[in-house]
Amino acid sequence: MPAVTFDSSTSPTPSSTSSTDSTARKRSSLPKMSNPFSFFSSSPKRKSAEAAMMQAVIAQQQALLNSPSSPGSHLLPTICLSSGEQKSNETQTLFQPPSPEEAAKQARAHSQFGPLLSKAHLHSSQFPGGEFPEPLEDEPPYYYVLTTYISYLILIIFGHVRDFFGKRFRKERYSHLKARNGFAPLNDDFDNFYVRRLKMRINDCFARPTTGVPGRFITLLDRDSDDHNLTFRYSGTTTETLNMSSYNYLGFAQSDGPCADAVETTVKKYGISMASSRGEAGTSDLHVEVENLIAEFMGKPAAMVFSMGYVTNAGAFPAIVGKGCLIISDELNHASIRFGARISGAVVTAFRHNNMKDLERVLRENIAEGQPRTHRPWKKILVAVEGLYSMEGTMCNLPALVELKKKYKFYLFVDEAHSVGALGAGGRGVCDYFGIDPAHIDILMGTLTKSFGANGGYIAADKTIIDKLRLTNPAALMGEAPTPPVLMQIASSLKIIIGRLVPGQGQERLQRLTFNARYLRLGLKRLGFIVYGHDDSPIIPVMLYNPAKMPAFSHEMLKRNISVVVVGYPATPLISSRARFCVSAAHNKEDLDRMLQACDEIGDVLQLKFSSGIAGGSLPEGEDQVEVKSKGRARANSIVPPRWPLDDVIRRGVEDTKKPLM
Amino acid sequence: MDFQNLQDVQHQVLHYANVTTSQFQRLPGSAIALRYIKSSYQNDPVRSAIELVLVLFAVRYLLAPSYSTQKPNKIRLTEEEVDDLVEDWTPEPLALGLSTIEEAENEKRPVVVGPSGPKVKIATASGSRHVTNLASWSFYNFGNNEIIKEKAIASLRRYGVGPCGPPNFYGTQDVHMKTEAEIAAHIGAPACILYAQGFSTISSVIPAFSKRGDIIVADRAVNYPIRKGIQVSRSTVYWYDHNDMEDLKRVLETVVRSQAKKPLTRRFIVTEGLFENVGDMVNLPKLVEFKHQYKFRIILDETWSYGVLGTHGRGVTEQQNVDPNHIDMIIGSLAGPLCAGGGFCAGSLEVVEHQRISSSAYTFSAALPAMLATTASEALAMREQTPELGVRLRENIDALRDQFNPERYPKSVWLFPQSAPENPVVMLVLKPEVVESLGIGRDEEDRLMAEMVEECLKKDVLITRLKPIPQILGSTARDASWQPRPALKVCVSAVLSKKEIEAAGTVVRRATYGVMERRKRR
Repeated sequence: MPAVTFDSSTSPTPSSTSSTDSTARKRSSLPKMSNPFSFFSSSPKRKSAEAAMMQAVIAQQQALLNSPSSPGSHLLPTICLSSGEQKSNETQTLFQPPSPEEAAKQARAHSQFGPLLSKAHLHSSQFPGGEFPEPLEDEPPYYYVLTTYISYLILIIFGHVRDFFGKRFRKERYSHLKARNGFAPLNDDFDNFYVRRLKMRINDCFARPTTGVPGRFITLLDRDSDDHNLTFRYSGTTTETLNMSSYNYLGFAQSDGPCADAVETTVKKYGISMASSRGEAGTSDLHVEVENLIAEFMGKPAAMVFSMGYVTNAGAFPAIVGKGCLIISDELNHASIRFGARISGAVVTAFRHNNMKDLERVLRENIAEGQPRTHRPWKKILVAVEGLYSMEGTMCNLPALVELKKKYKFYLFVDEAHSVGALGAGGRGVCDYFGIDPAHIDILMGTLTKSFGANGGYIAADKTIIDKLRLTNPAALMGEAPTPPVLMQIASSLKIIIGRLVPGQGQERLQRLTFNARYLRLGLKRLGFIVYGHDDSPIIPVMLYNPAKMPAFSHEMLKRNISVVVVGYPATPLISSRARFCVSAAHNKEDLDRMLQACDEIGDVLQLKFSSGIAGGSLPEGEDQVEVKSKGRARANSIVPPRWPLDDVIRRGVEDTKKPLM
Repeated sequence: MDFQNLQDVQHQVLHYANVTTSQFQRLPGSAIALRYIKSSYQNDPVRSAIELVLVLFAVRYLLAPSYSTQKPNKIRLTEEEVDDLVEDWTPEPLALGLSTIEEAENEKRPVVVGPSGPKVKIATASGSRHVTNLASWSFYNFGNNEIIKEKAIASLRRYGVGPCGPPNFYGTQDVHMKTEAEIAAHIGAPACILYAQGFSTISSVIPAFSKRGDIIVADRAVNYPIRKGIQVSRSTVYWYDHNDMEDLKRVLETVVRSQAKKPLTRRFIVTEGLFENVGDMVNLPKLVEFKHQYKFRIILDETWSYGVLGTHGRGVTEQQNVDPNHIDMIIGSLAGPLCAGGGFCAGSLEVVEHQRISSSAYTFSAALPAMLATTASEALAMREQTPELGVRLRENIDALRDQFNPERYPKSVWLFPQSAPENPVVMLVLKPEVVESLGIGRDEEDRLMAEMVEECLKKDVLITRLKPIPQILGSTARDASWQPRPALKVCVSAVLSKKEIEAAGTVVRRATYGVMERRKRR
């Protein structure tokens, strides 16, 4: 494919190519542009934007050369290899300490993106092949399940007692739940109970306001409450914490570097907004460029971008399915898929999370039965799954889905909100991870909020589908178009990932993410935590179970200056409250070791180490006392629950991360 | 040997029996149970037997899988039959091929080269050319303002671009809180919540409050996102004729009468400030009067009026002198005239806090990029502090509308502006008498509008047209909803001089004249 070899950012386009440009401009008349990136480079302004980006890149590479990623190397004196003598030139002899400004700038850059400590801390994200395993979900001892239920019971009883007295003695606090001068209350008393009496207790763990870049570290605004989290008082101070909470998978949340420089140039040149919808006058050359880039990246003939990820889903479903169609959705699919499915007018049904047998059952039943009441055959059946589930850390079983698709002829919609950029050796999502041709998936949807550090979403599909979507998708016809600075962030981060800008950096980011994800997951398993999800997933949920452990865990982490997300009911089943860590390429091994140490300490204090070892983390074979080979009945008895000391976890971590984690 | 074994077994059994008995005796209450069973057996063995059967039945009942009491209306098919059906089933293609009209529409959609503004460069087959842009919502051109751009860049250098998370999980940044407070102060409402996109805000606000069993009374002409919000809420909907206050009164009375004996439910009137599909303005004082009379809350979509109407751009409330506290929810967009991004909902503290946990587009979506939030608050301040912008905009709107004044051009005017005189999006529709005399159907009207847009672009003026509201795919004519009259949308800008607007207006008028003359001759 010529488009891959050509690099618009490095070779200034000679004016002779303007003839190809003019043909390329007839967008839809050509089935596939031979060279989408030469599209606008003949414009002189475009060139200046590219040149500015190039300069930024060169500056960054220079900075990288000046401070190599290996921390020890700068202490070495430079030796001229040809003569074998030490150079006499003063500036080149020995390491010079950076000036205070430079040091501050360096520290700032490192607080957004940590330096890589060793080349060993890299790993490629690739499915090893064979049967895709269901991740084993370990269960806690019954004691913890029981105390979880009892905890909720106590919380509910206390809540009702407080309501009982509150409604009698502090009526003004309950006035919003009563009808007022003829208006029904906005909140139902019953619906509001959970929020009022349970969530309010731990409200300080949610929506913590931040400032600055959500990179490797995140700066929280300090706050506390005098009225049990009803209102907050801001002290005006801030705390810099290790960021285990943002969806900054590839570390592109940066305020310096090539992306930010390119965005600045774009703001200067393009202004801030198109202030129009894509259907009207909101399409610019940047949109076309980004759409072509995404299509190429995803391996699909065409793509389109939207200004919000949620709306990408909400608008896509009504544009492709309608009356007489069936949507079969994974039960844990995101709210936006449910919203889109509901407004489409199609019949919606669900199958059990990641359970391919159940999906097959639903498919057989529905194809045999046809539409409800009329029993006419379905017009279309669309199966909607996510690439990576944000609360579970599980991936969809794409190989099995593609097999089922061949047999049952349904259309497949994969929401790659979390998986694009985060999975696959090239960061191209689940297809890349499993080595499956994207042509097998009808619609690839994803967000640009997470891995790319931008905002919005995209849909990549065949050209006819995209052409149709441009005409029928309400979000494209009426919603605001993505803004130029956001588009440039997408374009520049994508170009880094595919190696067109700062070659090597994209690959490093991808491999760091996978290494970090596997390292932390393995470490947590070995310490004895129950961890959900697949091994290569950068989303690591650690199970807490008891509701009171959510705030306790969050507070303990905050005490150690670490930001984590805790989630409980209703986002998860009642008993499986959890903490969720999102690993980033911006983290380095130091950060993860700090995280492991914190988890180790907190795990002891809060009694969180209850894994039985069936999900991995036990001593590798040959070293442990008990045979792990025999499966079945003996298995449960033969596995020693992993409770490794922290030192061993860290010592063995790097090496073992690259082996299968089971 | 065998005998020995048997004895062993016997001993073992006895031993176990003894252990069980002693264990049983140790249980609290075991003596009572034993006494009860013993006495009941001695007196009435039949009763014991019945009790035993009952206990066994209870156990079986508890362990039984749940089943439906409804008669399954299903024919059991064998696996082979299902396989045949699967084999037999052929789905429709996911997207049908495009018709030539659709293809042309995709092809003719303008691609702007470089920045958007009052004058833009658009891509053509042979390069690009400059046109006057009367198609974007950037009425004050804030997007290219140097001060705003500088602030946006400063914000970029402090926050990066994306906040990489939803507001409830470390996605709320101090700039968001600042912008929220500023919008609330600007409108005069107690609180405000910021969404990541303007278009989808109201689709999420409505279902956050109005649930199944609640009542929504809505204007027939409301825009697409409102319709979808109502659909998702699953509330009972009553429609009233567009902007017809008499009809609204009738509907409200009907609802109140029919609900009189039922428990009180939430009731809402949903309407727009400036209507996206018609362009005219709501009668807010009347609405507030009805609100208090019939006890309906008001949800007002100010997407097209916020930043436009009123001396300081506060929207319909300022324009019509209504206390914003009477409006329960004011929804607006920051992506229109303010040239930033995102949307908001302003209202009481209770209304806002409720959305932070139960409005799905807020909780399940990443927060707005910090630089867009900064832009919004800068643009807002600028609009508030320069009322002249509003005056200039109004002058330009008048200049454009004057081109379609039948008294001034009695022969060449085929269209008339149906939008409110304050609306910078001037909506031109065919005069009813023209439609009637020429016998133009709705589809043809739409096509004529498309031709006019094209004609204008040939003369270097970029305008757009109103598109029909998308219908549910596969729906029949029977469930078709209200559709707007096909119209031309001409977006007036305050930064163009009056002369430029007049020149552009003349182009539009002549283009429409040309197209209609051609149609007449056919």
